[in-house]
Amino acid sequence: MEQILANGLYLGAQYALIALGLTLIFSLMNVLNFAHGQMYVFGGFVTYTVVAQLGLPFIVGLIASAVVLAVMGALIEKFLFRPVIRRSKRDESTMLLAAGIAFFLDAVILLLFGEKQRGVPKVVDGVFNWDMRLIMPYDRILIAALAVALIVGFILFMQYSRTGRAMRALAQDRVAAQLMGVDVDRYSMIGFALGAMLAGLVGGLLVTITGINLGMGGPTSVKAFLMIMIGGAGVISGAIAGGFILGMMESVGLTLLAAYGDVTYLVIFVTLMIFLAIRPQGLMGKPWG
Amino acid sequence: MSMSRILGIGTFLLAVFVLVPVIIGLSGRWDFYYTLTSVALLSVAAAGVWLTFYIGRINIGQGAYALMGGYVSAVLMTQYGVSFWLTLPLAGIFCALVSVGIGLPILRLRGVYFAMVTLVLTEVARLTALALPITNGAKGITSIPLPGELSIFGLTIIPDFATLENPKLAFYLMAALLMVLTYLVLWRIVNSRLGHLCRSLQQNEELSASIGVNTAMLRVLAYAISSFFGGLAGAIFVAISQSIYPSSFVVQDSVNFMLYCFLGGLGYVFGPMLGTLLLYFGWDLLSIAREYQLLIYSGALIALMLVLPNGVLSLLDKKEGRK
Repeated sequence: MEQILANGLYLGAQYALIALGLTLIFSLMNVLNFAHGQMYVFGGFVTYTVVAQLGLPFIVGLIASAVVLAVMGALIEKFLFRPVIRRSKRDESTMLLAAGIAFFLDAVILLLFGEKQRGVPKVVDGVFNWDMRLIMPYDRILIAALAVALIVGFILFMQYSRTGRAMRALAQDRVAAQLMGVDVDRYSMIGFALGAMLAGLVGGLLVTITGINLGMGGPTSVKAFLMIMIGGAGVISGAIAGGFILGMMESVGLTLLAAYGDVTYLVIFVTLMIFLAIRPQGLMGKPWG
Repeated sequence: MSMSRILGIGTFLLAVFVLVPVIIGLSGRWDFYYTLTSVALLSVAAAGVWLTFYIGRINIGQGAYALMGGYVSAVLMTQYGVSFWLTLPLAGIFCALVSVGIGLPILRLRGVYFAMVTLVLTEVARLTALALPITNGAKGITSIPLPGELSIFGLTIIPDFATLENPKLAFYLMAALLMVLTYLVLWRIVNSRLGHLCRSLQQNEELSASIGVNTAMLRVLAYAISSFFGGLAGAIFVAISQSIYPSSFVVQDSVNFMLYCFLGGLGYVFGPMLGTLLLYFGWDLLSIAREYQLLIYSGALIALMLVLPNGVLSLLDKKEGRK
C-alpha cells in the first residue's frame, strides 16, 4: 500500500507540472495547446544532448531545456498564434494551428534527434528501502522533489510577482486587464513561454528515468488534457489536483486491476466521462471556462 | 437554382465519376484509386464532424464512431453472415443510437471541454475494442469477405465484388457515390429549417433556447447524424481493407477529421471535402520528399493557417467582396 501511494505521488508530481503549463496557456489565450506533449519531448531531447553528448552536468541540461523551450514558446506565440487569433472568425481555428505545430515539432525532433529511445545516466545511484515495504530509487525521489519544488516555485511566482499578478488578471478578464494598463500582448507571450518552459523542464527531469522517444508526445498531450479536465481548465489549483489525482488513479489502478488485463485506462476514462457528465467544469473550474 | 450552379455541380459529378477513372486509366497510377477512395470516405466522416462544428461543438471523437461502425460491420459479416450491404446502414444506425446515449450527457459540455471529452472518447473506443471478447482484442478481425451481390427480385443491382476484374474501381465508385449523397444530405440539412436552428445554436445557445428552440434535442440530433456518417465511413473502410484492428482509427485520425474541416473552412458545406482532398492527397504526394515529408506538410499547414485562418474556401468570400 505504501508503495502504491509513493508511486502515485511520484507520478502525480510530474503530471501536475505538465498540466500546469497546459492550463496556463489555456487560461491566458484560450488555446488548447496540442503541441504540449511534443514540447515535453523536445525538452527531454535537449537535456539528453547537453548531458549525454556534450558531457555537461545534469543541471546545465535542465536549464538548457528550460531556456530553449521558453524561447520557442515565445516565438510561437508572437509569430503564429497572435496573428491567427487576431484574424480568424472563430477562436477554434487556433486548434488547427496548434495541431500543425505539433506535427511540425514531431518532424523537427525526428530530423534533429532521430527516432531512437534516448536516456541519460542516473543522476544519483542507490535505492531507498524501508523494510521492503517501500522501495524507491534515489533518483526518482530526487526528481519528484525537484518537481514539487518547481510547482511551489511556480505558485509563488504567480501569486507574488508582478508578472504573475498580471497574468492572473489576464486570465480572469482580458478586456478588464487591458483597461487597467496590463500589456496584454507582452504577458500573453511571457505566459506562453512559461508554459512551454514547464513542459521542457518535465521532459528534462524525466529523461533521467524513463528516457525519451519521439512517440511519447501525443499520449502525453492526451494525459495532460485529462488532468486539466479533472481539475478544471484554466485553474492552477485544478491542474495540480488533476495531476495528482491521475497519478494516484494510475498507480492504484495498475496494481488493483492488473488481474483483469490492461483495463486501467479504460476504467479511468469511463470514470472521467461519468464525472464530467455530472460536473462539466471539473473540480475547480469556472462553468464554461 | 442558377445556371452557373447547375453547371458547377455537373462539372463536379463529371470529374468525380468520369474524368478521374479515365485519367487514372491513361496514366496507369492505379494506386491513386486507393488514395481517392480514402479521400472520399474520410470526407464522409469529416462531413459529420463539420455538422457538429455547425452547432458550435468541436468534435474530436469521430474516430470512435468510425471504429465502432467498422466493428459492427465486421462482426455482423464474419460471425452472423449478414450481407455487407445490410451491415452498412446497420453500422450507421448503431453508431447513431450509441451517440444518442453518449451525447445526452456530454453535449451539455461546451468549448474545449467538449473537445477534450470527445478526444478521450476515441481512446475509450480503442481500449474497449482491445478489452471486449467479441472484437478479438489486439489481433483484430481479418479476412472479411468482399461485398457480395445486391439484388432485388432477382435483378442484380450491384455485382459481387469478388467476381469483378477491377474491385478498386468499384470501391472508388461506391465511395464517391456515398460522398456525393452525404454532401447532398448535408447541404439539404444546412439549407432547411434544421440548418437555421443549428446556426442559432452556434451563435448563442441560451438565446435560442429562450426563444423556444429545443436545444437539447437539436444538438443530440445533429450529433447522431454526425455519428451516422462516421459509422458509415468506418464500415466501408473495413470492406476495403478486409480487416479491422483496435488501432484502425486512433486519436490521430480523429484530430485529422477536425483538421480537414478547419482547412476547408467551417462556414462552407463543401469545406470538409476540399480539406480532406488537399490534406490527404497532399500528404500522399509529399511522400517523394522522404524524411522531409512531415516537415513540409506541417509547414504548409501552418502557412495556410497564417494566410487563410478561416479556411481555404474563404478565398471565395474575398472575391465576392471585391466585386
